Amino acid sequence: MTKILMKGNEAFGAAAIKAGCRYFFGYPITPQNEIPEYMSRELPKVGGCFLQAESEIAAINMVYGAAGAGARVMTSSSSPGIALKQEGISYIAACELPCVIVNVSRGGPGLGGIQPSQSDYFQNTRGGGNGDYRTIVYAPANLQEVVDMTGDAFDVADQYRIPVIISADGMIGQMMEPVEFSERKGRPLSPKNWAVTGTEEKRAPNSINSLYIVHEELEKHNWRLDSKHKAIEKNEVQYETYQLQDAELVVVAYGTTSRVVRSAVMDLRKEGINIGLIRPKTLWPFPYKAFDEISEKVKGILTVEMSTGQMIDDVRIANNGRFPIHFMGSPGGSIPAAEVISERIKSIIRE
Amino acid sequence: MAEQRFIISGFGGQGVMLMGMILAYAGMLEGKEVTWLPSYGPEMRGGTANCHVIVSDKPISSPIVTKATTVVAMNLPSLSKFQGFLEEDGKLFINNSLIDVKPERKDIKDYYVSANDIAMGLYNSKIANMVMLGAIIKETGVVSHNTVEKVLEKIFHGDKAKLIPVNIEALKKGETLLLN
Amino acid sequence: MNIVFEKTKGLTDKTFHYCPGCTHGIIHRITMEAIEELGLLGKAVGIAPVGCAVFAYEYFNCDSYEAAHGRAPAVATGIKRVHPDCLVFTYQGDGDLAAIGTGEIVQAAHRGEKITAIFVNNAIYGMTGGQMAPTTLIGQKATTAPYGRDENHAGKPIMMSEMIATIPGAAYIERVAVNTPANIRKAKKAIKKAFEIQREGKGFTMVEVLSTCPTNWGMTPEDALKWLEENMMPYYKLGIYKSSEGSVING
Repeated sequence: MTKILMKGNEAFGAAAIKAGCRYFFGYPITPQNEIPEYMSRELPKVGGCFLQAESEIAAINMVYGAAGAGARVMTSSSSPGIALKQEGISYIAACELPCVIVNVSRGGPGLGGIQPSQSDYFQNTRGGGNGDYRTIVYAPANLQEVVDMTGDAFDVADQYRIPVIISADGMIGQMMEPVEFSERKGRPLSPKNWAVTGTEEKRAPNSINSLYIVHEELEKHNWRLDSKHKAIEKNEVQYETYQLQDAELVVVAYGTTSRVVRSAVMDLRKEGINIGLIRPKTLWPFPYKAFDEISEKVKGILTVEMSTGQMIDDVRIANNGRFPIHFMGSPGGSIPAAEVISERIKSIIRE
Repeated sequence: MAEQRFIISGFGGQGVMLMGMILAYAGMLEGKEVTWLPSYGPEMRGGTANCHVIVSDKPISSPIVTKATTVVAMNLPSLSKFQGFLEEDGKLFINNSLIDVKPERKDIKDYYVSANDIAMGLYNSKIANMVMLGAIIKETGVVSHNTVEKVLEKIFHGDKAKLIPVNIEALKKGETLLLN
Repeated sequence: MNIVFEKTKGLTDKTFHYCPGCTHGIIHRITMEAIEELGLLGKAVGIAPVGCAVFAYEYFNCDSYEAAHGRAPAVATGIKRVHPDCLVFTYQGDGDLAAIGTGEIVQAAHRGEKITAIFVNNAIYGMTGGQMAPTTLIGQKATTAPYGRDENHAGKPIMMSEMIATIPGAAYIERVAVNTPANIRKAKKAIKKAFEIQREGKGFTMVEVLSTCPTNWGMTPEDALKWLEENMMPYYKLGIYKSSEGSVING
């Protein structure tokens, strides 16, 4: 396969179309505009439909409609726009419909900024919609992962009938890197017999619905969703570890931040300072088990995030009180430099 | 070559984004790791545009350039804004068709390219970016002339294919310029 | 024995949950009869709102959806774009369509979305217990307008048919009432017409149905029908507001 130089936002679109996505509903917001622009140009060429909605709220409800109609459908937005989509995401999760949602995050709260940010960790993994629901969250760190994870996201969404969020940031969306589109293996998937397509008077009506007014039924529904979530936690965790065995300190970072952390770790190893890295590739399910690989000799864990500390809550759960946890954050839209991270690591080790 | 980090800046319409993209594309064709990152949002609306390009023989951590090995200033605001990003002994390319001041930095190497004047002489000011690009690849050795020609053939197709010869001519002119 | 009447196949056997005297049952019936008569039950997708008709998906004997409050036109858009050959309709109340969902209904009409909205206007929030709606009349009492609606405070009642009719993408807009057998027949004809126009792909269609809420109005069903005629109909005038013939025909 030949490599193509591609912008992150366009890579999302190209990978989605390659995965069979034929419907896109969205609303403009920086820094993800190249996704709807790409889809508006490319979807008509493959018989698909791009529609610019009047709001993020309408867009996610159009996704709700198309997903229940049996289509592979995607929407994308950035932080404040994802906030508006939360009601719809809750409904889609409740109705067990598959869809893919790309969040090219920017700084918040409120209007915030447009520079890269990871302050939507809670928004993506915990969600702002109501009820006991979950969304699978992928966190690509480079554009090849954007391509691969977007392709997989559609299969995983269909397999579990659940919304999948891809958590990126302005840097991933805007940058160009070489990518390859290799043939995906794909997962074996059941036909969508539950979809609303018109009965043709050949089957009993299908209904897409999240209302369970009898409390026993709602309880049953929620426990069933929960067992699905448990299966996802068991089967779909993705992470990468780097030299945990001899590490004095382990750094935890995802997405854009993990790239810089990796180069800091490699620089320090050249200086003879042994540092390890845990990089979650899925933020939910979170790779709690990766932390079991940390040896007892480790002096501590450092979490690096472009926020004031959100993933650190999951790190604390994973750590379960074993090691001291340190935090390094940049919540304004700047990506921490490798040298600054190295200095911080050294100062922790000297303590 | 370990890693070369570029900040290329100018005003909208000078083709600075394209210059960076050609560098990244050529780097990719030569089997190197590359990233290209544009300025975006309101920053672009003020009339200056810039991009960060990294060409490396190892995986690139952050595509944001904080310590540039090369800064290219196509207009005066770009020079003021980005000379501070250059590392010591870094290369500073100045389009002296539009910039008539000297850089404040003394610990760097400065190169002067009359990109617009030369471009006007060859064709029109739209190819000033190619004149500058020629000078850059010659002085930094980041990618070869032949690879850049291949990139031009890939990005100028259809109606635009007729622009390839004049772009190559501008590139070559830029390459020979600093030898004089 | 001759069969002289049969319940439409468009409705399930589920017993309606509506209050005594509520006209939702009538509107459900004429909607589904119209679809059955057009032979489109196998193509129909109905979208229930949040409001009294929240369980409509249990009564419509066709594929169905339950939408979030006000979002039914957006959901309908998603379905219609995937299945353009389906007959897609929303069934919405006045809180759903004329308050929280004004953006969705206006923009669906604006796009000329080939869907049909059945808009049930009973001038009050029914399910939540009689709060003021955008359609509540001046002076009409509601649990959140205990002194009666004051136009200086809450504005005048919103006239959705008149408003939507001004949108170029709207192909058919009619206001009907279900207070008398004759009006019920007219209402069914209007709904059928709207569905036919959707099938012809001409654009957005909406039928506003003036309806009663005896429970929250605090009236007997009979008094409620009379109140509708004497108070709602003079303000919300019946008639075709937009059709393929073009201009507004105010009845």
